[in-house]
Amino acid sequence: MSRASDRKRPLVSAAPADPSRRQLLTAGLVAGAGAALTGLAVRPAVAAGDPAITEIQDWNRYLGDGVDARPYGTPSPFESKVVRRNVAWLTADPVSSVNFTPLHELDGIITPNGLCFERHHAGIAEVDPAMHRLMISGLVDKPLVFTMADLKRFPRENRVYFLECAANSGMEWRGAQLNGCQFTHGMVHCVVYTGVRLRLLLEEAGVKANGKWLLAEGADSSAMTRSIPMEKALDDCMVAFAMNGEALRPEQGYPLRLVVPGWEGNMWVKWLRRLEVGDMAWHHREETSKYTDLLANGKARRFTWVMDVKSVITSPSPQAPVTHGRGPLVISGLAWSGNGTISRVDVTTDGGRNWKTARLDGPSLPKALHRFYLDIDWDGSELLLQSRAIDADGFVQPTKDELRAARGENSIYHNNGIQTWYVKADGVVENVEVS
Amino acid sequence: MSKFLSLVAVAGLALVMPAAAASAGAEDVPLPNHGVFHLGRGATQEEVAAWDIDVRPDGTGLPEGRGTAAEGEAVFAEACAFCHGDFGEGRDRWPVLAGGQDSLKAERPVKTIGSYWPYLSTVYDYVRRAMPFGDARSLSDDDVYAITAYLLYLNDVVTDETFELSKENFTSVRLPNEENFFMDDRDEEAHNAREGEPCMTDCKKGPVEITARARVLDVTPDGGDDEEGVGAVD
Ligand code: HEC
Repeated sequence: MSRASDRKRPLVSAAPADPSRRQLLTAGLVAGAGAALTGLAVRPAVAAGDPAITEIQDWNRYLGDGVDARPYGTPSPFESKVVRRNVAWLTADPVSSVNFTPLHELDGIITPNGLCFERHHAGIAEVDPAMHRLMISGLVDKPLVFTMADLKRFPRENRVYFLECAANSGMEWRGAQLNGCQFTHGMVHCVVYTGVRLRLLLEEAGVKANGKWLLAEGADSSAMTRSIPMEKALDDCMVAFAMNGEALRPEQGYPLRLVVPGWEGNMWVKWLRRLEVGDMAWHHREETSKYTDLLANGKARRFTWVMDVKSVITSPSPQAPVTHGRGPLVISGLAWSGNGTISRVDVTTDGGRNWKTARLDGPSLPKALHRFYLDIDWDGSELLLQSRAIDADGFVQPTKDELRAARGENSIYHNNGIQTWYVKADGVVENVEVS
Repeated sequence: MSKFLSLVAVAGLALVMPAAAASAGAEDVPLPNHGVFHLGRGATQEEVAAWDIDVRPDGTGLPEGRGTAAEGEAVFAEACAFCHGDFGEGRDRWPVLAGGQDSLKAERPVKTIGSYWPYLSTVYDYVRRAMPFGDARSLSDDDVYAITAYLLYLNDVVTDETFELSKENFTSVRLPNEENFFMDDRDEEAHNAREGEPCMTDCKKGPVEITARARVLDVTPDGGDDEEGVGAVD
């Protein structure tokens, strides 16, 4: 590509000639188009003044809804495009499928409950909490049954953790495919969980000396199971009944889910009903047929639990194009690592030739999303944006080609490669890969 | 006991106990003697058995029962073929259950019970807990043995339709790909083994070229085309 573009025209709302631009406008900007225009309207001198100022607006004259109108508040209708979305061709049936967090529309580190991506294998189980039980069985001194009320009598903890599906970015192994970080990276969310340390529950039942593994099982009709090593179970796992201060959402496992910090999302069993202690792993479907990483040589890694260090620029990105001309541009993104905190994020605007260290802002918590910013003065020329995260253990986010060299293209899972966004002079952004 | 504690206790019990208990004083409720917090109650054997349906590669958890591949074919045609196809070939985008042998190094591997799964116990366990999709736990233990035998037959692991699978001979059957799984060793990959600070300036020679673009195969929803992409989420 030519980086010497001198078409530094501000982004005026001329009819887009480029078909990919048109697609983007219809895809991402239906509601945003209005906002973009308002942003631009400030630039040209308006003789009579800005109508936002010179005309009295409805909300300035008439009364709004009373406090009884919205007992459970929802976002402004102007934010109606900020929703989870699915990719229909990906799966046979939306009941065993996935949708994606609209990362490009969010800021900070906490994902709102209604926007946390969903992945379930047999639809959303609607569990009556009064009929929900958690059983601990197997190699324990005393098999126990807890009601939700019992669980809420244990000492509680509040912890912020990201949850990432191991298949996040899995559609990008063979090359750039989906135009939008919602689709390339949106199988991640981060909330504050309230719940009980798993260790306390296991101690209540008394784990026998040969109890080295735990089978976690869900109450939905997929009866999801995963084997978890006892070391992890006793370390930082929780059973959570609340997220972001309110009860778990049904699609996140209401009334109870397992929290397995830093490890792949599939293990965070939802609608958690049973924990069986055993002396070896179970090798169930989700740890053999699925969630094993096939390499180029035909062999497959199993028990790839930890989510590696990763980052992505959420804005600008294909669904969040630059809608202003040259001048200040906020480059914003997310970084996370299953090993702990993020120590640094570097950002390049020239496809990886030169890097600048971004500014981390907001809380830096282990195994949680981190927000980074790089505030630049955009000269209006084309950019090749990338971010590269480094975690507190010193792991550096690899390039996609480094991952392919090590694993081939058939791993599906654990693609934590560096993402490139191509920002064109007109502000439109595309998912690309670079040399 | 303080007033506060008794309120909490009563509220907690109200869920599990009828009104009579709720009106009793919290101090009258006996504490179980297990554990540290004495919370929860002992599970009965019947309760443990009702949920304990998991099966392990060493055969632990297998119920009594048996079924032949030929019997399995009939059940499969009735309960499974609608989605997975008569021969496990997978209709539409429903999962493929058979075939794909020697495809694991191919550009598009076909991962099935015969080509990929390491253990037969996983088939029994999964079908019993989760299939048929939308009607889980509806098959008898014998049906699951028969279907498992039929899936072995479809995958050429057994070649005789009269083959009978049972609790007794289950662990003698091995799946061909068992040896090809190994423990996570991502930490040893070249990019993780690298020492020192990552490069910050002049890291690539010459201008960077775009080598691939999503636009070429735009399968983003609402991207304008009805194209379908490649890849999977699970
Ligand atoms: C309505 C469609 C449907 C029917 C009928 C059905 N299945 Fe399935 N099957 C699915 C879906 C969907 C999945 C994947 C579920 C998920 O995403 O977790 C699946 C997964 C499986 C798998 C695991 C595949 C893999 O590669 O991991 C097996 C084995 C299986 N089914 C066997 C059966 C058997 C045996 C029956 C009949 C008793 C059956 N299925 C009936 C839809 C169906």
